[in-house]
Parts: sequence; C-alpha cells; structure tokens
Amino acid sequence: MKYLHHVWDHLRKDLRLEWRSRDSINGMLFFSLLVVVVFGLAFDPTSYPTMARQISGGILWVALLFASITALNQSWTREQRNNVLEAQRMAPSPASALFLGKALANMLFVLAVEAVLAPIFIVFFNLHALGNVWLLAVILPLGTWALVVNGTFFAALGLRARNRELLLPLLLLPISLPALLAMVQATTGVLTADLDPIQINTWIKQLLGYDIIFTTVCILLFETVLNAE
Amino acid sequence: MEQRTPTLRSVAWLWFGISIAVLAVGFRQAIFLVPTDAAQGNVGRIFYYHVPIAMLSLIFPYINFVASLFYLYWRHREPLKALAADALALSTAEVTVVYSSICLLTGMLWGRATWGIWWTWDPRLTSMLLLWLLYVSYLMLRRFSSTGQTHTLAAVLSVFAAVDVPIVYMSIRWWRTQHPAPVFGGGPDSGIDPSMLPAFYWNLAGWTVWGICIVLFRFALERRRQLAEQEAALQAIEASLEIPQ
Repeated sequence: MKYLHHVWDHLRKDLRLEWRSRDSINGMLFFSLLVVVVFGLAFDPTSYPTMARQISGGILWVALLFASITALNQSWTREQRNNVLEAQRMAPSPASALFLGKALANMLFVLAVEAVLAPIFIVFFNLHALGNVWLLAVILPLGTWALVVNGTFFAALGLRARNRELLLPLLLLPISLPALLAMVQATTGVLTADLDPIQINTWIKQLLGYDIIFTTVCILLFETVLNAE
Repeated sequence: MEQRTPTLRSVAWLWFGISIAVLAVGFRQAIFLVPTDAAQGNVGRIFYYHVPIAMLSLIFPYINFVASLFYLYWRHREPLKALAADALALSTAEVTVVYSSICLLTGMLWGRATWGIWWTWDPRLTSMLLLWLLYVSYLMLRRFSSTGQTHTLAAVLSVFAAVDVPIVYMSIRWWRTQHPAPVFGGGPDSGIDPSMLPAFYWNLAGWTVWGICIVLFRFALERRRQLAEQEAALQAIEASLEIPQ
C-alpha cells in the first residue's frame, strides 16, 4: 500500500507540473497533427478509401511514436532543474515508484493526445472501420503502454549522455519494433476486417506479452539506471 | 603480467593458426568435395557459410548478456572483476554485429539466387535484422554516453536486447515463414544428407574457433585500454598530491 502511495505521489506531481505548463501535451498534439496532415497530403486518402484503411493504422502509430519521443525527451529534463533528480535519488521511496509514476503520467498524456487525434484522423482520412471497433479500446492502451514504458526508461538511461535527443530514438525504435508490428497489425486488422478475429487476438496477446516482459525488466533495472554514477 | 605475456602471445598465435587451418579445410570440403546440391546447384554451397554463422550470431549475444549480468552483480562488490566482464560484453557485442551482418548478407545473396528477391519481411529475417539493429544501438550507446556510466547503461541495454535472441531462434518454429524450416532438431523432416555433414561440421568448427579468436583478441585490447586508463588516473591523483599545499 505504501508503495502505491509513493507511485501516486510521483504521478500527482507530474500531472500538476504538466497542468501548469502544458508543454508536452501541446507539443505532442501539434506534432502528431502535423504528421497526419503531411501523410494525408502525401497519400490523398479520400480518393482511395481502401488504401486509406490499410495504411492508416501504421500512420497513426508512427505519428504517436514520434510524438511521444519528443515529449519523453523532455520528461526527465524537468527533474534535472534545481537538482530535483538528486533529491529523488536520496529520497526513501523506492526508485521504481518514481519510474512507475513517471511512466503512468506519460501514458495519460499520450492517451489524452490520442483522444483528440482519433476524431481528427477519422475526418481527414475519411475512415470507416469495417471490423470490431471496440477492440481498439484494448489495442490503443496496450500499444501506448508499450511505447511509453520503454520510452520513459530509455529517456532516463540517456539522461546524462551526450546527444540525448538523438540517443533516445536510436535506442527506443529497435526495442519497440516488435510492439509496433503487433499494434499496427492489430489496428489494421480492425480497420480493414481482413484479418480474422483469431489472428487479431494473437497480435493482442503478443502485445500483452511484450508489455508484461518489458515492464518487468524496466522495474527491475530502473534503480541501476537512476544510480549509474 | 610481464612473465605471462610471451606464453599467452604464442598461445594466441597458435589459436589463430588453428582457426585458419580449420577454415581452410572447411573451405575445401564445402567448395570442392561436397556433391553439388540437386535442387539449387552450386548456390547451395552458401549453406555451409550462412547456417554456421547464423547459429553463432545467436550464441555470442548470450555471452554478452551473461557478461552484462556479471557486470551488474560485481559493479559495487568487485569493481576490477566487473571491468573484465564489461570488456567481455563489449567484445562479444562487436563480434555479434560482425556475425549477424555476415548472416544477413549471405542470406540476401542466397535469397536473391533461390527466391529471386533480396529481402522479404518474413519473421525470421525481420527478427534477425532486429537483432542486428539492437546490437548496433548497443555499440552506439557505448560511444554516446560519457565515461563512467557507459558500462552500467550498456549492461542494462544488453538485458533488453537479449529478450530478442530467443524470438529469432523460435521464429521459424512459431510462424510459417518463407525462410526454410529448421534444419537441425526441427522435426521428422529435418536433418541433411550424410554426405554434407563433414563440410558443415568443419565450417561450424572453423567459424566458432575464429569467432572465439576475435573475441579474445578484442578482449585483450579492451583490457589494455582499461589498464592504461587506470594507470593514467592513478598518475593524475599522484600528481595532484605533489602540489605544495
């Protein structure tokens, strides 16, 4: 219970900071909106509805991936001002509580972006999903968590490196590829109704397995990364 | 250290000579002695290079993973042993990149000859490419992070990368792929004609011995660099002590 209390404290602090500045949400939102517009211009989806359905799952996730990278790079920089991170290293709460709080906060930010982005996406790409749309309510959170949990971890890992902004995508993209594959396939399967439900289920299960494995690895190793001297 | 070096050096040269010799025998076996493959012709001979190297490029990551775990365990307890583990992790990661690059390249040549395409996004090929990308990013992290934290951060990343290795291994068993099904230990149809076995085993042995040779050479080089660094740090401390207060 005490552990959850620590997580909640960290989460609340991050939410309050974001509420006062609104830097990452605004940045992510505008960035992903731009990606949607750029791809919309490049592919002309309204003239080719079938093709739009086939590519929009991939475009949605690529937009979210790039947008979350821009925000994740910033998320630990806040803690570095006034040596807040040093204070947290000395605090009696476990390091993984700090990580979980931060990852949950980032997850909420990306979900907020998704909530705004999804309707815009449907309008601009003239989307009309053919499959079971409710499955997206499972796929979106699982996929977002897969991106955010590793992203938060690797942003902390690159914190004291040279070229921090470049290092995060270099590490995060290869690690996220299996998750990206699963979520794009599942989303495309729902939008086009080409995949049968069993296959979509398999992709969702793989995504869940990825989430479980990497959340565990992150929680176990975060203390090492935070205290890497 | 001073007395051991000449013996070690001759052992290293002997090892190098053996690996060249075994590779030469393997080359003769694979290129001149094995009968030409009935279905693929001479192109099939790439098998003797592609498969052993692919097998080894899944083994070196495990050494890297285990060495990284030892590094993390010894980091505070026995820092000098931890440095040795880190040197081993670095050398195996570099050899992994070399071997998986050769695996991908020979696979592409073979694919072009038999499938008619250089590349296809099939699970085995994709996961192998992923393995290559992960270890390139591992080496990239080692260059980017400033000294002092590099070892710990790289060891942590190695744990993440190691998760992919069993996926590559199992990919042709889990999914129906364009890549051929497992040749060894894969089921009733697996295994190869006995006439092909000597060439395969000579090449497997040759590339294993050669790989170990490079790993040890790189390990020794990294150890020397670490010792030189420690020496320089010690001298800097001593010099700072001599400044009159």
